[in-house]
Amino acid sequence: MLLRYIFYRSLMLIPVSISISVVIFLIVHLLPGDPIDNLIRVGSSPDDRLALITKYGLDQPLFVQYYRWISAMFQGDFGEAIVLRRPVADLISQNLPYSLTLGGLAFAFSSIVGIILGTISATTRSAIVKQFMRGFILLGSTVPGFWLALLMILFFAVQLQWFPVSGAKGWDSLVLPVLTIGFGGVALVARVTRVALLDVRREDFVTLLHAKGLSMRTILVRHLMPHAMLPVVTILALRIGWILGGAVTVEFVFGRPGLGLLLIRALGQRDYPVVQGCLLMLALAVMLGTLIGDVAQAAMDPRIREEKT
Amino acid sequence: MTSNIGTVARAMTGFGNSAIGSAFGSWLGKIAGGFLVLLVLTAIFAPWITPFDYAAQNLMNSNAAPGWPHLLGTDQFGRDVLSRVIYGARTSLSVSATAIAISISVGMTLGAAAGYFGGFFERAVMTVVDLTWSFPDILIALIFVATIGPGLTSTTFAIAIAYLAQFTRLTRAQIVRLKRETFIEATINLGAKPRHILQYHLLPNAIAPVIVVGMLAIGDGIVLEATLGFFGLGAQPPTPSWGAMMSSGTAQLFLSPWVIIFPGVVVAVTVVAVNLFGDELIRALNIRDRIRGA
Repeated sequence: MLLRYIFYRSLMLIPVSISISVVIFLIVHLLPGDPIDNLIRVGSSPDDRLALITKYGLDQPLFVQYYRWISAMFQGDFGEAIVLRRPVADLISQNLPYSLTLGGLAFAFSSIVGIILGTISATTRSAIVKQFMRGFILLGSTVPGFWLALLMILFFAVQLQWFPVSGAKGWDSLVLPVLTIGFGGVALVARVTRVALLDVRREDFVTLLHAKGLSMRTILVRHLMPHAMLPVVTILALRIGWILGGAVTVEFVFGRPGLGLLLIRALGQRDYPVVQGCLLMLALAVMLGTLIGDVAQAAMDPRIREEKT
Repeated sequence: MTSNIGTVARAMTGFGNSAIGSAFGSWLGKIAGGFLVLLVLTAIFAPWITPFDYAAQNLMNSNAAPGWPHLLGTDQFGRDVLSRVIYGARTSLSVSATAIAISISVGMTLGAAAGYFGGFFERAVMTVVDLTWSFPDILIALIFVATIGPGLTSTTFAIAIAYLAQFTRLTRAQIVRLKRETFIEATINLGAKPRHILQYHLLPNAIAPVIVVGMLAIGDGIVLEATLGFFGLGAQPPTPSWGAMMSSGTAQLFLSPWVIIFPGVVVAVTVVAVNLFGDELIRALNIRDRIRGA
C-alpha cells in the first residue's frame, strides 16, 4: 500500500520538474539583450558571431533548444561557466558536499532542539519559561538570517575568538553557520510542536487516559507525541527547502563554499549557466524534500495513503 | 472598478473601528502598534527630521563611532548612519507595502476565481500555487531577480511573486468555506450573478484574514527586501535601504560594526512589532482558525 503511494507520488514529480526546468531554462531567454553578447569576444567579426550562434544552437526554435539543454542535463552536462570558464557540473560537484554537510547538520539541530523546546513550552507550568519560549519563537522566526550571521561573527568570532570568522576549514567553522540557520529552524519546529501538542491534549481520549490514572509522562511519551509528530514531520520536510534557502544567505555571509555562495556570485557576475545549474539543483532538493515529507506522512497516517491513491 | 474599491473600503472601515481599537487595547498591542505608527510617520517626514543629508559624504569623518553629532556614527564615506536608517525606512516600507499590495490584489483575484468557479481552472491555479508554496521565498525572489536584473522595481515584483501563493491559498480557502453557507445559497437562488455574489457577499466576508496576513507579510517582505539588498541585488547606491547599508557595511565589519548593527536592529524590531500587532489583530478579530485552515 505504501509502495503504491510512493509510486504515484513520485509520478507527480514528473510534470512538476518539467515545468520548473522550463522556467529555469527561460531565465536566459527572457533576459534583456542577446545571450550571445555575453559570450562573444571584443573585436569579433559578424562571421564569428554567426559561428557562435550555430555552435550554441541559438538559431533553432526554443523547444528544440530546450530539448537539447535538458537532454544534456540528464547526461550530467550542465554547460560551461562563462566567467569561471569551467564545466558547471564540476563547480556543482565541488560545492555540493559543503552545502549538504551544512544543511544536514542544521536540519538535525533544528529538529532535535526544536522538538525538545516545543515539548517543554507545551508542558511547562512555569510562566517565566512560557514567556521566554514565546519570545524566543518570535525572535527566531523574524530576525533576518544574514544579520544574525553578522552578529554571530562580531560576537563569537571577533570579540571572543572562539570560532573562525569565515571559510570551511575544520569542524569549528561549521558551528556558527549551523547555529545561524538552526536558530530560525528551532523556532519554527518548536512552534509547530507546541501547537500540535496543545491541540492533541484537548482530545477526548486524553481525558480518558488521565481518568485511567496514567502518569503525565506516559501520556506525553506514549500517546501525545505520536499524534503531535504528524504536523512536525510535515513542516520538517518542507523545511528542507527553507534550510537550503537559509544556507544561501549564511554561506554568503560566512564566505563558505557551497551552492548558495556559488549562486549569489554567479548572479552578480551574470554567469547564467552557473545560475541555471544551481537553481536546478536547489529546486530538485526542495522537490525531494516535499516528496520525503509526503511519504513520511503517509507512512505515519494510513488515512492519507487511502485518500491519495 | 470603483465599486470594487468601495467594497474594500467599506469592509476596511467596519473592520477598523472595532478590531484595530481592540488590538491597541493590550499593552503589547500598544507598544507594537505605537512603534509602527511612529515608523510610518518617520518615513513620511524623513526630510524634516534627518539631522544630516543622507548622501552627503565627508571622507575626513569616515567610520566615526556613535556619538555627537552623529548619533549612530558614520559609514566608510562619512555619511550619517541615522539619516540613512531614517531614509531607509522609506525604501523598505514602500517597497514591501507596494509588493504586498500587488500580491494581495492578484492573489485575491486568482484565489476567489479558483474557489468560486472550481473545476479545471481551480486545479490548474492551485497546482502552480502549491508548487511555488513549497519553495523558499528567497529562492523565488532570486529566480525572479536573475531574470529581470537587480534593482528596486524587480525587488518589488520579486517580493510580490514570492508571497502570491499565500494569498491565493488563503482567499480560496475562505471562498470555499463561505460558499457552503446558507446566505450564499439563498443569494444564488434569488438569481444573483457570480460577479455580484463575489463582489458583495463573498469578498467582503473573506477580506479580514487576507488583510491581517497581508500585514504580517509586509514584515516578511521587509526582511526579503533587506536580504536582496544585502546581496547587492536590491536598491542600488546611493539609494539608502536597510539591506544595502548592511551590504556595504560588511567590508568594514570590524572597523565600524555600527553600520551593520543599527539597520539590522531596526529591521528586527520592525518585523517583531509587525508580528506582535498582527497577532493582536488576529486575536481581536477571532480569525485564527480561518488563517490556520488555509
